[in-house]
Amino acid sequence: MKVRLRNPDRELEVSGDRRVHDVLVELGIDPDTVLVIRDRELLTREDRVGEQDLVEIRPVISGGSGRTT
Amino acid sequence: MSRMRCRRCKAPAVIEIRRHNAAFCRDCFVRHVHEQVRRAIAAFDMFAPDDRILVAVSGGKDSLALWDVLLDLGYDAGGLYVGLGIGEYSTRSGELVHAFAAERGAHLVRVDLAEEFGFDIPTAGRKGSRSTCSVCGLSKRYVFNRAALEHGYDVVATGHNLDDEAATLLGNTLRWQTDYIARQFPVLSSEDGLLKKVKPLYRLSELETAAYAFLRGLDYVVEECPLVAGNTQLRYKEAMNQLEAASPGTKAQFFLSFLERGAPLFERQDEVELHPCERCRQPTTGRFCAFCRARAQVLGERLEDRVVPPTDREVAENVSEEVLPAEIYSRAVEGSR
Repeated sequence: MKVRLRNPDRELEVSGDRRVHDVLVELGIDPDTVLVIRDRELLTREDRVGEQDLVEIRPVISGGSGRTT
Repeated sequence: MSRMRCRRCKAPAVIEIRRHNAAFCRDCFVRHVHEQVRRAIAAFDMFAPDDRILVAVSGGKDSLALWDVLLDLGYDAGGLYVGLGIGEYSTRSGELVHAFAAERGAHLVRVDLAEEFGFDIPTAGRKGSRSTCSVCGLSKRYVFNRAALEHGYDVVATGHNLDDEAATLLGNTLRWQTDYIARQFPVLSSEDGLLKKVKPLYRLSELETAAYAFLRGLDYVVEECPLVAGNTQLRYKEAMNQLEAASPGTKAQFFLSFLERGAPLFERQDEVELHPCERCRQPTTGRFCAFCRARAQVLGERLEDRVVPPTDREVAENVSEEVLPAEIYSRAVEGSR
């Protein structure tokens, strides 16, 4: 399956037919820090992804200035 | 393994919130977000139903989500977009904010830093002594207050979420910045020319605001600001995320418990006297405000060259009727309204 990562944008191939959780573990991604999107739908960790799927993994973290200064 | 189910209606879930040990379908999640914002508004008496609220919108997920929620809840909420001049990133952000305002029929105030004040953020980052993120934050806070006053709004709302607040509190605590800690509250009351500021998303994580924006079909800037790399705030967020991954709920406990039990201990640190900046008449603790000082440095100007005298109203407010003839006093106050 294809995975599209953002910030910076890049694409890679990983094996499918398993849970989203397993894909995130393989990529070393904390599930609480990303949206996982397939066909304009959000997926949870327990959803399964197929070998032919294209999945976007979109970070939710944003920076900018905090009020620490 | 079967699909996760919505905690409320048992339909297939689209989002899991581990710190609540819950998952939601789309509709129940939107309701959950609305409820969290309502709770935040009520807990801190953020605004009344007829207040005019100016939402500071960047084009990112948080501020657009906040604007969307407030409009859905029936508030009179306008938006303020500050053009920072950060190339394509700013152009795209401005377009998305404009599109949202047009679609919702909401009032949008646009302030372009270069047009209005003669500099943009990349230039300020290169020429000034502050870091890029610092001068950017300073400029935005300055414009929020000034524009809100000029356009007759009662309160400024920003899209700071739970992750922002927890990371900021961590940074302030690591350095024991007690004056900043004292002001790190979801509500800052209006005082001496500073409008009331509120953060209605403080109960929602970044995952929740991003999921909300996505599920509501809000077109937001996914790309990160190109100038933000290495920002200390991001490092604190990463540290908090590691703690959260090991023990879901840590962030919420850290910040929400601070509000309940920690913040009262710092209240006395927050006693400062404000008066008008001698250059722009916006409130400050010194002779010139931090924005005017930063701007003068970037533009290579001397602050003293453009001192603006006090307004009649400022004079009247600082001199009691006993020493100023009543007729002049009332004329000064009336004239400046």
